[in-house]
Amino acid sequence: MSEMTYLRAISDGLRTEMRNDERVLLMGEDIGVYGGAFKVTDGFIEEFGADRVMDTPLAESGIVGTAVGAAVVGLRPVCEMQFADFVSCGFDQIVNVAGKMLYRQGLPVNITVRLPSGGGFSGGPFHSQNPEAWFMHSPGLKVVAPSTAEDAKGMIIASIRDPNPVIYMEHKNLYRRVKGEVPEGSYETPFKARVAREGDDLVVIAYGAMVHTALEATADLDGASIMVLDLRSLVPLDEQAILGAVQRCSKVVVVDEANYTCAAGAQVAALIAERAFEDLDGPVLRVASPDVPIPFSPPLEAAVLPSVERVREACRQLLEY
Amino acid sequence: MATSSTDVPIGPSTPALEDPSAQLTTEDRVGLLRAMLLMRAIEERAMNLYRQGKVPGSFYDGFGQEAVSVGATWAMAAADRLCVLHRDLGAHIVRGVQPAAILSQYMGRAAGITNGRDGNVHFGDLRTGCVGMVSMLPDMMLVAAGMAMAFKLRGEQRCALTWFGDGSTSRGDFHEAMNWAGVQQLPVIFILENNQFAYSTPIKQQFAVNPVERAAAYGFPGVSVDGNDAEAMFEATRLARERAISGGGPTLIEAVTMRMHGHGAHDDMKYVPKALVEEWRQKDPIDRQSARLKELGVDVEALRQEVRAEVDAAAKKALAGPMPDPATATDRLFHPREAQEILLEDGAAPWSGFGS
Repeated sequence: MSEMTYLRAISDGLRTEMRNDERVLLMGEDIGVYGGAFKVTDGFIEEFGADRVMDTPLAESGIVGTAVGAAVVGLRPVCEMQFADFVSCGFDQIVNVAGKMLYRQGLPVNITVRLPSGGGFSGGPFHSQNPEAWFMHSPGLKVVAPSTAEDAKGMIIASIRDPNPVIYMEHKNLYRRVKGEVPEGSYETPFKARVAREGDDLVVIAYGAMVHTALEATADLDGASIMVLDLRSLVPLDEQAILGAVQRCSKVVVVDEANYTCAAGAQVAALIAERAFEDLDGPVLRVASPDVPIPFSPPLEAAVLPSVERVREACRQLLEY
Repeated sequence: MATSSTDVPIGPSTPALEDPSAQLTTEDRVGLLRAMLLMRAIEERAMNLYRQGKVPGSFYDGFGQEAVSVGATWAMAAADRLCVLHRDLGAHIVRGVQPAAILSQYMGRAAGITNGRDGNVHFGDLRTGCVGMVSMLPDMMLVAAGMAMAFKLRGEQRCALTWFGDGSTSRGDFHEAMNWAGVQQLPVIFILENNQFAYSTPIKQQFAVNPVERAAAYGFPGVSVDGNDAEAMFEATRLARERAISGGGPTLIEAVTMRMHGHGAHDDMKYVPKALVEEWRQKDPIDRQSARLKELGVDVEALRQEVRAEVDAAAKKALAGPMPDPATATDRLFHPREAQEILLEDGAAPWSGFGS
């Protein structure tokens, strides 16, 4: 065990799996000589060489499309989108080529696409998005979103080993803010939910950066016992863990940093409405960004992104219900 | 010399191909004709099945373009990999996909290559080293470039090939793939199947400069070839493959041809001048190859009858096969971790030059 940031944990996971499996190669813009826009792959080119830490042309469709080709002839590409926002330029290759290949013709596509996502630092409309729901809605893709350093490492390794296309959401606002004990060597974190804090009166269901917002908001909330469920994986969605938490707590707040409509949290709320209605003791409340682009100026951005205060307010409202 | 029937000047750079027949035995030349005859017979049968209501959706064929896929695929080795477009059934035939499986595919039957999950020529049989196309064109240019990238990274003497149409050259993936292949000097062959129309849009509304000329701007050669001559297609592809596997990088081959039917069975093609169709009918690739073989004393009529009988039997078999079980509609979305790894496998490579 050693303590490291969320960012270093991703690097550690990538390095571990590259040492372990020579089929693994990294592809992305400025990831080699420069070490990546966020330095996730800093020093990699020295250890693994330019062939396995590939500086690609500025072409997101190209990165994903060539990764698909390399995967079906035996490599294990890990693509970095410099910002999650830019994946819109590679959307077609992910959704139509990678996501449907196995279903259509029995050919698995083992690629991992890393998406540095999320806001909170004046990135503006094109460097702050949380596009995970686009991919949840597209069959054939797994979507994971770790919130801790330990899971960030375990889930990048598990994503690379998974024979299917995996969209790996790494929240930029966790990169250096979140630290934790990370096991040495190789291990996998399963694509299942995790209880971030036990509790009985209410459960906050979140993933990624919002897990930390939820923990902070409910650490001391008028003495209530509040559970925080960290989904970790959005596809597959750990339905059993969600339904179990509802059964136990009866009150649910679902938090997304993403835009409100059709977000991951909407799917969670729908699942609860369908399958756990009788276990509820109040409406399912949702906290998410309103349906606007993420604005640049700090007061505007703060007005949009779910805050500790908004989550606390939703919990209070529901506890009083 | 290839010529265009539309207003866009044809590419300048058709090199004098060496005499293709120097590379092809009589058996090869018969094989080329046989594959083209099979393609046409299967597609004609499929069109009938469509009219009988047995092929759901619409039906898309490559009538008149058989030489493009058959000739090019004849030059590919077993370990090479292909991404096949919808007018290139001949590629699947040369790589070893059976006619009954193809007809089952068209009819959405359980025994089709995709087990009914996708229709018409949207398929690739992984046991023949082929990846099926998607309808967003030319997405497969990038997939082919990626396969070539893997070959190059591993130091393998293998090559990837894909086809795409004239309309595809307008989309961004054309640029991304051409540029990527040029930057990394990948062992990939891009075949631009210029059949003069993208659905109803003639090439003069698609590009101002013939795309074969763009190849030079990406750092590799582009050549225009008579796409209705299977042997010319073979030879151009053979030379491109030689370049590719010896480290020479990509080649863009423009196969100049004509789409003789509508975009799909539902399209009456009234936007195409009749005279143009008539002009191209004189250049039919099967007639051309048949004439060559007759001169060599081959009994072409016997070959036609043999192919017809094979397709009759295949249709009978396909029609007898069941539709897929509705209970399987949600299967095979994810590959299980514990299951065996599945990769593309080698396909048939019948060219005598491979010593088989």
